[in-house]
Amino acid sequence: MTATETNAIEVTKLKKQFGDFVAVKEVSFTVRTGEVFGLLGPNGAGKTTLIRMMTTLTPPTSGAAEVGGHNVVTDADGVRHAIGVIPQALTSDPELTARENMTIHAKLYGLTSAERARLIPQLLESVGLTEFADKLVGSFSGGMRRRLEIARGLVHSPKIMFLDEPTTGLDPVSRTAVWEMITKLKESAGLTILLTTHYMDEADKLCDRIAIVDHGTLVALDTPAQLKDSVPTVDIVEAEFDHPPADWKATLEKFGGVASVTEHEGIWHISTTNGPTTVRELMDTARDRGVNVRRVSVQGTTLDDVFLYYTGRQLRDEASDSVKRDVSHLYK
Amino acid sequence: MKLQRIFAIIERDMRKFLRSPALMMSSMIFPLMQLIVLGYAFGGKIKGIKIAVVDEDRTAYSRDLRERFDAIVAGPQTMQVENYNSISDATIDLRAGFVRAIVYIPVDYSRRVNQGNRPRIAFIEDNTDNFVTSEILTRMQDLVKDINQGLNPFQPGQRLTVPLPRLNPLVDLQVVELYPYVEYIKYLLSGSIAMSVFIVAMIGGGITFIDDKSRGLHEGYLVTPITKTELILGLILSGAIKGMMAGTTITVIGGLIAGIDRLWDPVRLFYLLIVLGTTSVAMISFMFLLMVRVSDPLVPRAIFGVLNTLLYFPSGAIYPVEGFPVWLRGISYIDPFTYAVHALKALLLKNTGFQGIYSDILILSGFSIVLVALSVAFFKRQI
Repeated sequence: MTATETNAIEVTKLKKQFGDFVAVKEVSFTVRTGEVFGLLGPNGAGKTTLIRMMTTLTPPTSGAAEVGGHNVVTDADGVRHAIGVIPQALTSDPELTARENMTIHAKLYGLTSAERARLIPQLLESVGLTEFADKLVGSFSGGMRRRLEIARGLVHSPKIMFLDEPTTGLDPVSRTAVWEMITKLKESAGLTILLTTHYMDEADKLCDRIAIVDHGTLVALDTPAQLKDSVPTVDIVEAEFDHPPADWKATLEKFGGVASVTEHEGIWHISTTNGPTTVRELMDTARDRGVNVRRVSVQGTTLDDVFLYYTGRQLRDEASDSVKRDVSHLYK
Repeated sequence: MKLQRIFAIIERDMRKFLRSPALMMSSMIFPLMQLIVLGYAFGGKIKGIKIAVVDEDRTAYSRDLRERFDAIVAGPQTMQVENYNSISDATIDLRAGFVRAIVYIPVDYSRRVNQGNRPRIAFIEDNTDNFVTSEILTRMQDLVKDINQGLNPFQPGQRLTVPLPRLNPLVDLQVVELYPYVEYIKYLLSGSIAMSVFIVAMIGGGITFIDDKSRGLHEGYLVTPITKTELILGLILSGAIKGMMAGTTITVIGGLIAGIDRLWDPVRLFYLLIVLGTTSVAMISFMFLLMVRVSDPLVPRAIFGVLNTLLYFPSGAIYPVEGFPVWLRGISYIDPFTYAVHALKALLLKNTGFQGIYSDILILSGFSIVLVALSVAFFKRQI
């Protein structure tokens, strides 16, 4: 037992190899109790394999993981009791009602009928499915199913929740609903959440700390703000002016922290290490020189920039794994 | 209409077909297997039917009769002789289905031969299988004709060296049929009941199981603390309950259609439920073991027909196992269908009670235990 009270998950040199392909390359990190920890990376980065090793679904090739103080290999049962898992694929039974799905899961965790009678309506209420409790899940939208699965994953009051791409394939409204649920969970005392995502905004909005995963390795791990600060670029100041003088470009380039100035069809882009300072200087200079500023805006560092910086690639939204798996037999 | 678009669709379908081994296999192997299995399963020469011989006379005459009988048996090997000491033992085994007929030589046979007083041989047959019955009865009648041609009607007790032309039979063959006549639909019913259980096993244990697996539904259960033994036993028992429901329904409806006598006999219904229960567990465990490592949803669909042919026809449901070549008999020995059909026939056609089904129940139960153990061993709790 190495997991302490402050660490919910401790992963040490965890590796997974499928034949010649190394999906996860000796990854180490810890997740603190009570935090929302995000694994951010594109499809195929190894996020799902990592989460499957932590949730005892896949045995690691080497290395160790302690989840809730239980080793995933030697005490898999202990891990399973401590965690709630929302796999990437929709795993609720479409042929059963929401309540039946909840009941069966509760029984698999050994809940008594009194506990079930108390918890299930509560959880269904908390995910806004009370009026659909006795409807077949097959008639639910993707977002409703996902919310049901989150409620189902909470039925045994786990200490740690794993959510594998909780919003992939959902429409924007459902995504927001799921985000709200996760935020609510975060507020409920003591619950640690580990989620994977390939959406920047999701990681930024939800996570206390983010690990960027690419090609089976952790390339960066920090809070969203720290990660953004760690990127040595640039805020982009975008501006439009009425009749700028001829030496305007040279003037702007002399501002402190400005790396480059470009102009295209009247729209100026100034890249700078400090957006607000540059904007103040720009406004002062424009007033002194009598140049009218029609528009100015600052775009700060985003996680997209962070991802680009650490992996050298853009994070694109690719076809979701769950869709691929469902129809895989058609492509054989 | 553009040819290119038609060809594009053809190309797509052909590529998918060629990349799907399960579909390829079933489309090639299924018809071939059906040809071979059905070809040998129907109308084969019936061999090795067990016949009890009870000789209460124990004289030179009865020995002569038995030798002739043995000679017939040794020839085409239609029958296999088991000697019994008493008619009551033989009758018990006949009713339980261990022998198909009794040749009974009564104690006064030799005296009547000597007296020329129409000596009698009784032939008591289990007439629930018309194919077997007609085969052995013909043999028996030939035998008696042969004996009669060798006996001198004018000088009782003396043998003829030259066979006489056919005379009035001296030896009288008395045929006793143990059961009322069995129509073919009654004969087929047991196979249909077993088939209904098999289809439920195929759909529940095969198709639904693999579909749930490929839809990712299993992942939802695998993250809970359920053990693989618990999961497998749960899946097998639920399949068995469904199988019993289907089997019971077909037993009642089929029994009414086929006109099974005293269908509502509660003792028999009780035994039927036991047989249906063990059959269901055996079939679903068999299916589960076959599917334990499969993940392609096409596989169970593709092998449905192959399994159906391979299990149903060799079981003795449509034609007696005694008519099969050796390899087909080999299949029938390891086929759970065989024991299910045997037990159902014993109950529905002969109402044998427990003694006619206990061996089948033992075999099916043993079979299930082995299959469940193997399934647990092979099942992957992890992804």
